[in-house]
Amino acid sequence: MSNGKHHDILLQGVRKFGSSAVFLVQLLIQCVPAFARPRLIVFQIYNTGARSLIIIMLSGLFVGMVLALQGFNLLQRFGSAEALGSAAAIGLLKELGPVVTALLFAGRAGTALTSEIGLMRATDQLVAMEIMAVDPLRYVAAPRFIGVVIAMPLLAAIFSVIGLYGAQLVGVQFLGVDQGAFWSQMQGAVSWHDVNQGFVKSLVFGVACSLIAVNEGYHAEPTAAGVGLATTRTVVASSVLTLLLDYVLTAAFL
Amino acid sequence: MVAVRDVHYAVDGRPIFSGASVIARRGRITAIMGPSGTGKTTLLKLITAQIQPDQGQVLVFGQDLARLQRHETYAVRKRMGMLFQNGALLTDMSVFENVAFPVREHTDLPETLVRLLVLAKLEAVGLRGAVELMPAELSGGMARRVALARAIVMDPEVLIYDEPFVGLDPISLGFILRLIKQMNVALGITSIVVSHDVQELSSIADDSYLLSDGKVEASGTPKELLASGNPAVRQFMTGSAEGPVRFQYPAPDYKTQMLSVEES
Repeated sequence: MSNGKHHDILLQGVRKFGSSAVFLVQLLIQCVPAFARPRLIVFQIYNTGARSLIIIMLSGLFVGMVLALQGFNLLQRFGSAEALGSAAAIGLLKELGPVVTALLFAGRAGTALTSEIGLMRATDQLVAMEIMAVDPLRYVAAPRFIGVVIAMPLLAAIFSVIGLYGAQLVGVQFLGVDQGAFWSQMQGAVSWHDVNQGFVKSLVFGVACSLIAVNEGYHAEPTAAGVGLATTRTVVASSVLTLLLDYVLTAAFL
Repeated sequence: MVAVRDVHYAVDGRPIFSGASVIARRGRITAIMGPSGTGKTTLLKLITAQIQPDQGQVLVFGQDLARLQRHETYAVRKRMGMLFQNGALLTDMSVFENVAFPVREHTDLPETLVRLLVLAKLEAVGLRGAVELMPAELSGGMARRVALARAIVMDPEVLIYDEPFVGLDPISLGFILRLIKQMNVALGITSIVVSHDVQELSSIADDSYLLSDGKVEASGTPKELLASGNPAVRQFMTGSAEGPVRFQYPAPDYKTQMLSVEES
C-alpha cells in the first residue's frame, strides 16, 4: 500500500472521529429539551431496555453457571472452594456484567436503533421533520440516546444478579459448596467500590454504544445497502470500543 | 414571497445550478418544470434551507436563508409546508398522529381542538375514515393525501409540492390537481409545484419555469411556454426524445463499443 493511501485512511479516521465528536456535542445539547418529552424517553427505555431483558437474563444465567464451574475447578485445587461466591461476584460485577451486557446490547438493541434511524433517513422522514421545524436530533436521536444510557446500567445490574444466582445454582446446588460460606464470603469481599466500578463502566459503555448506534443510523447512506452497512458498523465499532474502554477504565480504577 | 437569485450550486465539483433565478409570487401557483436530473429537487432543498447555495441568494419571506440562525430557519419553516413525493409519513404513528404531529410539536392546543383540526384537514383530503390506519396500510396515493393534510395542518403561507402527480391513478391525480388549485384560491396559499407532468401542471399554474442544464431555460405563463419558438422548450413541452435536450446519457460510440465487447 502506498504512503498516500495510508494518509487517506488516517485522514478518514480522524474525520470520522471528529464528526462523531461534533455529533455527540450536538446530541448532548438536544438532550436538554428532549427531557421535556419524558414519554419518548420512557418508550425508548422500554423499547431498547425492557425488550432486551430476556436475552440479558438468559445470558447472565449461563455466564454465572460457567463461571461457577470454572471457578470451582480452579479454587478446589487450592482448597478454597468457599471463595467461589466472592470470585463470581467480583468477576460479574466488575467485568462480565457491564462488558457482556454491552456486547449483547450492541447486537440486540444497537443494530435495531441504527437500522430504524437509517430507514427513517432513507424514507425522508428525518427531512420531513426538519421541514416541519422539528429537530430530528431532539425528537428522534436524543430520546434514544438517553434511553440507552439509562437502560444499560439497569441491564448490567440485572445481568450480574441473575449471574450470581446462576453461580449459586451450580456452585452450591450442584457442586456442594457451603451455602453460608458462598454468600458470606461474597458479602465480605465485595465493597461498594466494586459495585460503583461496574456501574461507571456500564454507564460509559451505554454512552459509547448508543452514540455509535444513533450516529451510524443518522448518517447512514439512504439506501438499502447503506443501512445494512451502517448496522454492521454499529456492531463492530460498539464491540471493539466496549472492550477497549473496558481496558482503559480498569487500568484507571486500579 | 420566495425568490431564488442567480444561484450557483455544485456537488463534488459537478455543477447543478449555474445562475438560476426563480420567483414565486404571493398567492400564485408557480410551476417548476424540467427533465429528470435538472436539479428540481435540489431547488426545493435550497428553498427549504436544507442546503446553502455556493453563490447567489435564496430569499423566503424577504429573509436571506443563508444568514439565518438555526432557530430563525425553523421559524421560517413553520410558515411553510412541503409535500414529499413519497409522503414521508412517520411510520411508527397512525394517520391521525401523523397529521397531529406538527400541531403537538408547535402548539399547546387542548386535545379536543387538535382532534377537530386533524379531522377537518383529513376531511379536506377525503381520508377522515382512515384516521386509525398506519402508514404501511395506505396505498401510495392515500399516503400522499395524508402527507398533504399534514402539510396544511399548520395553515402554511407557502406550500411546496415535490412531484405531486407521479404514480397517481387518474382519479387521485384529478383530486390532487383540484386541491392544489382550491387551496390556492380559497386560502391564498402561495404554491410551488415541481413536476415534469407538463399537461397537468399547465392547467393550474399561473407562472412556470423550465429548468435545463442548471439554468432557467424559459419562463412565463404555461401558454407562453407552449407557444415558445425555442426548440428545447418545445421538445420538453411536447415530450419528444429528439431535439437539443440530450436524452441519452453520454456514451462511447455505439458501434465501436458493441464490436469491442465481442473481441474481448
